[in-house]
Amino acid sequence: MTRRRLGLPYLLLLPALALELLIHLVPMVVGMVMSFKQLTQFYIRDWSTAPWSGLDNYRVSVDFSAPIGQSLLNSFWVTCLFTALAVGFSWLLGTAAAVFLQESFRGRGLLRTLFLIPYALPVYAAVITWSFMFQRDTGLVNHLLVDQLYLFDEKPFWLIGDNSFTALVVVAVWKTWPFAFLTLMAGLQNIPRELYEAAAMDGAGVWQQLRKITLPSLRPVNQVLVLVLFLWTFNDFNTPYVLFGKSAPEQADLISIHIYQSSFVTWNFGAGSAMSVLLLLFLLLVTAIYLFFTSRRRDADA
Amino acid sequence: MRINRLAAATALVSVLTLTATACGGGSTSGGGDNSSPKTLTYWASNQGTSLENDKQVLEPELRKFEAQTGIKVKLEVVPWSDLLNRILAATASGQGPDVLNIGNTWSASLQATGALLPFDDATFGKIGGKDRFLPATIASAGAAGKAPAAVPLYSMAYGLYYNKKLFDAAGISKPPATWEELVADGQKLTKDGKYGLAIEGGNVSENVHHAFALGKQHGADWFDAAGKPVFDTPEAVATVKQYVDFIAKDKIAAPGNAEYAANQSVTDFASGKAAMLMWQAAGASLKSHGMNPDDYAVAPIPLPAGASGSKAVTSMVAGINLAVFKNSKNTDGALQFVKFMTSNEEQIQLNKTYGSIPPVKDAQADTAFATPELKMLSNVLATGAAPLPQVANESQFETLVGTAVKNLLAAAAAGKPVTEDSVKAELTKAQQQMPAS
Repeated sequence: MTRRRLGLPYLLLLPALALELLIHLVPMVVGMVMSFKQLTQFYIRDWSTAPWSGLDNYRVSVDFSAPIGQSLLNSFWVTCLFTALAVGFSWLLGTAAAVFLQESFRGRGLLRTLFLIPYALPVYAAVITWSFMFQRDTGLVNHLLVDQLYLFDEKPFWLIGDNSFTALVVVAVWKTWPFAFLTLMAGLQNIPRELYEAAAMDGAGVWQQLRKITLPSLRPVNQVLVLVLFLWTFNDFNTPYVLFGKSAPEQADLISIHIYQSSFVTWNFGAGSAMSVLLLLFLLLVTAIYLFFTSRRRDADA
Repeated sequence: MRINRLAAATALVSVLTLTATACGGGSTSGGGDNSSPKTLTYWASNQGTSLENDKQVLEPELRKFEAQTGIKVKLEVVPWSDLLNRILAATASGQGPDVLNIGNTWSASLQATGALLPFDDATFGKIGGKDRFLPATIASAGAAGKAPAAVPLYSMAYGLYYNKKLFDAAGISKPPATWEELVADGQKLTKDGKYGLAIEGGNVSENVHHAFALGKQHGADWFDAAGKPVFDTPEAVATVKQYVDFIAKDKIAAPGNAEYAANQSVTDFASGKAAMLMWQAAGASLKSHGMNPDDYAVAPIPLPAGASGSKAVTSMVAGINLAVFKNSKNTDGALQFVKFMTSNEEQIQLNKTYGSIPPVKDAQADTAFATPELKMLSNVLATGAAPLPQVANESQFETLVGTAVKNLLAAAAAGKPVTEDSVKAELTKAQQQMPAS
């Protein structure tokens, strides 16, 4: 009887496992195989006939002295900076809003709903609206900054050139922070009120309560939240694609768009797959290091 | 015990269903299949003012075809932004439409994939012969010396649209014939927030089309005789610099044009914000923007002073080709449909609606195409137009050189200097990203 019970969980997991294999692992393995092939337009019709190219696709991708490698490296740094800023601001805004909305006051429900709107909107509709607002001559952003507030003498470009990076970060933060807000708001519900009452008795101010009670209690939530935000933001494809179209400006050339360019637009699917595998390895490495350190620190704390 | 069996059965069924559906997407055999003769799927490109408009234009014609042949055509209008990706996906999976529209500049690239039915003489015979088409349009349907990958459907050429009222007001009596005149006129017209010229600087394809025609005038060919890319020759640098200088040095185009990618330049021309526009068959869209046809006229794109022979090119052969997917399960029906779409009657009807020029010579003689605009453009197409390089790596050329021009225009618009060196650096970078072949 006990032996049979042991088998049941595995059996119940089987459909999920089969789906997982089909939907995630098979395409991943196919992608890895493709990365070792010279898969250009001449072979896509029957890609099993594409010649093997060994490590050539990888060599070209990481040859940082040649243009392909150079632009990949540039795209990598742009993505790192973008991720740091977008995740940082989203987390900060999310935390601040969640903490402020803990106090009950008139209109709290309305604000909560309002804050979640960017998260509920379809990405395409939301980002295309931003791209209209960022247009130089007719956009709302320049109308506000230049015509109303007189902050610049001349209308700046937002969708091309240096400012495109700023535009991208603004849209990404706008789109991402409600998720941080939602998660942290849920996390805050689990902190017992008595802790704050006791702290207040002991004379702790708001700032001290935040540092000594709120943030430590939120640590498990934050551990997962920051990781998820990092992975989503680093891999973000929709935002830059809808904002800039197929050829993003160099200053805002995120890695997923860059890989798309390298495979779909230039029809070199082998090179694109090699870059994807490199990206996967990098993300796995970062995730492993992150989990290793954050989990160890939690063990030490406990 | 019962629960166990149930679970096992459920698991087994789900695994079986999954593998079965996964195998369903397997390969289909090569051309010549006629196993489903009563239906066709047709991917049309977006030629009208909207996808919905295209459906309204095409559906009655498809019903006519059904009445004639008994073949039902399932229509899908695919936006330009998706079309190439959809074709690539169809090529890779073998699951695609039977008949499809392609941008004619993709012909050689798609020909190289082997996904399209080659139009050899026998196949051309089934649709009424090769000689019915204008030679320049056949030349842009595949690599030289190979059976074309498609047949021409709608043709277009670039012309210089100019606003007659603004020209009169500035005291300019005739459209510019040389680039020197264009820049001089442009500077006269650039005042009071209006500009001499509007360009679509954020649109990679527009950039590369102009770089191609201008390049012909400078003697820059982009690919050498062996099909190798040569993007950073002195001629190519001069070509691109001339185009970027419209914003950088001549200042006859508004800096804001550098981010235009949604046909804002057509809107600017229609609303009188810009006095000149280099565009292909713009008549229909100018009309939809409410511009009075009497207010503008069309002239050939300027040439360098004294240009002749192979340098007297003012336009690419622009247009849409119709192709048959090799994996079609109704190849005979697909060819019947191609014959229908390239018949004189349909050619006149459809090209008239879309404001383009029929590539079929007999259809071109119809009075519908005798407007000054279309007569001028058909003349360009017959005498002053060259097909874009018909090499397998053409689509990479479009993307890389078009993006290089876009980057340079962005730099110029931000007030950064554009020099021969900076142009050469961008073009060298584009060339080095071309796949080795």
